[in-house]
This record gives sequence, C-alpha cells and structure tokens, in this order.
Amino acid sequence: MNVLEVAKLLDAQIVSGPAFPGPDIERAFASDLMSDVLTVETDKMMLITGLANSQTIRTAEMSDVSCIVFVRGKKVSKEMQQLATELGITLLECSSSMFKTAGILYNAGVKPVY
Amino acid sequence: MDGVMHFEYPIEGGDFFNAGTASSQVKKILKKLNVDSHIIKRVAVALYEAEVNIVAHAYSGRIYVDIDSKKIIVVLNDSGPGIPDIELAMKVGYSTASPKVREMGFGAGMGLPNIKKNADLLNITSEPGKGTRVEITTFLN
Repeated sequence: MNVLEVAKLLDAQIVSGPAFPGPDIERAFASDLMSDVLTVETDKMMLITGLANSQTIRTAEMSDVSCIVFVRGKKVSKEMQQLATELGITLLECSSSMFKTAGILYNAGVKPVY
Repeated sequence: MDGVMHFEYPIEGGDFFNAGTASSQVKKILKKLNVDSHIIKRVAVALYEAEVNIVAHAYSGRIYVDIDSKKIIVVLNDSGPGIPDIELAMKVGYSTASPKVREMGFGAGMGLPNIKKNADLLNITSEPGKGTRVEITTFLN
C-alpha cells in the first residue's frame, strides 16, 4: 500500500515526504513509547503514534521507519517537518484515535511487525 | 578501508532538541562507507539510546567514534551523577528518568538493555558523582 492510499483510508493529511506515491507500506507498529519503537527490528515499517516531538523523528531515523502517522489530532511542528524532509521520512496527520487508525490499516492488509 | 577513522561529538545535558544529532551523523558516515544496513541499524540504535541517556541524565558528554576495517568502537564519556548500581540499571523497567524524559517517549527502563542487545561488546563503568563511560563495540564481519 502506498502513502496516498494510507492517507485516503485514514482521511489523513500528508504534511511532509518525498515524491509521491512515497514508500510502500507493508508493516506498521503503534506506540507512544519511543523506547519500544527502538526495539523493533523490522525495517521500512510505518509508525503510528500520538507522540509529536523532534525525538519521534529521530527515533524513526534510527529505526529505519519510512512513514509516521500522528494520531489523535497531534500536529507536526515546523522543526519536525524540516527534519523529516531532510531525512526523507513521510509524515501524516490524522484526527482518529490510535486504536481506530490501527484497525483501519489492519483491515486493509497492513501487517503487524509481530 | 585503510587505517582508522576517528570522529568526536560534544553532547549537552538537557538539550532534547538536538538529542540524536551525533547518532544521525554517525549513521550517515556508515552509509557512505557502505556498511551493511543491518549493522548500521544496530550501531545507530545503540548509539542513539546512549546519546539520549547523556542528554537525559548527565550535565555534558562527548562521543568518540573509531572505525576500522573490522569494527566500530563508540565511547560515550559523560560528566554527571553516574550510575551507583550498574547491574540494577541494566534491568528492564528500572529507570530514574525525569518526567521531562518520559514526555519525550523515553525513561521506561529499556535503554541500557537495548544497547546491550544491539552491541557485540558493551562495557560500562561509572563513578557516582563524577560520570559514566559507555563503550559499544560492533564487529563488521
């Protein structure tokens, strides 16, 4: 599934990212705890989180996360947007809860990392 | 690659905005050197966890990175409160992190165990009241 399809499914806004359709999304992981994200060994996964700060982007960079969906209406700051653009990480903003977001994506075929 | 490549990065305690900048630069260097992507991720995650630890717990620190054809050695030296009981600090779930650190998505007592998981060799020494030295070795083959 590409980023445009993810955005359409979630009614989410793409706020940063490389040229579309962007990275292919096969697997996702949902957490507000960056320490948990850093233990995941899967590459090129999507992160679903309600934690919106610069360390979310840094964690994605170290963990080879190619796309982040910010849930619960959390907003991406200009600094986060700038850093994500520099690193080629796609960012989406979505007003739904983490549970609903994960459920929609799971139903659409996005796999869990474990 | 011939010889040893050496890099150093200063770290400021409490500077969460810039936390991860040094790890990011090291990751870029390893990519340019065509190091295996799995090894790059292990080094980047271990280094980032350790860098965040300095920002979260110490007053200041310095990261030293040495790369040769066989291994990557990362040493993180900090001036700070130190770790009184390293064995206890290595236990999953043990944390002395502040609310500010937890707000940033860390402080769950998972950092040091995750550094150990991603390192081939890990050596931690600490002097309470003075600081901590963390040495992470990753073999390239």
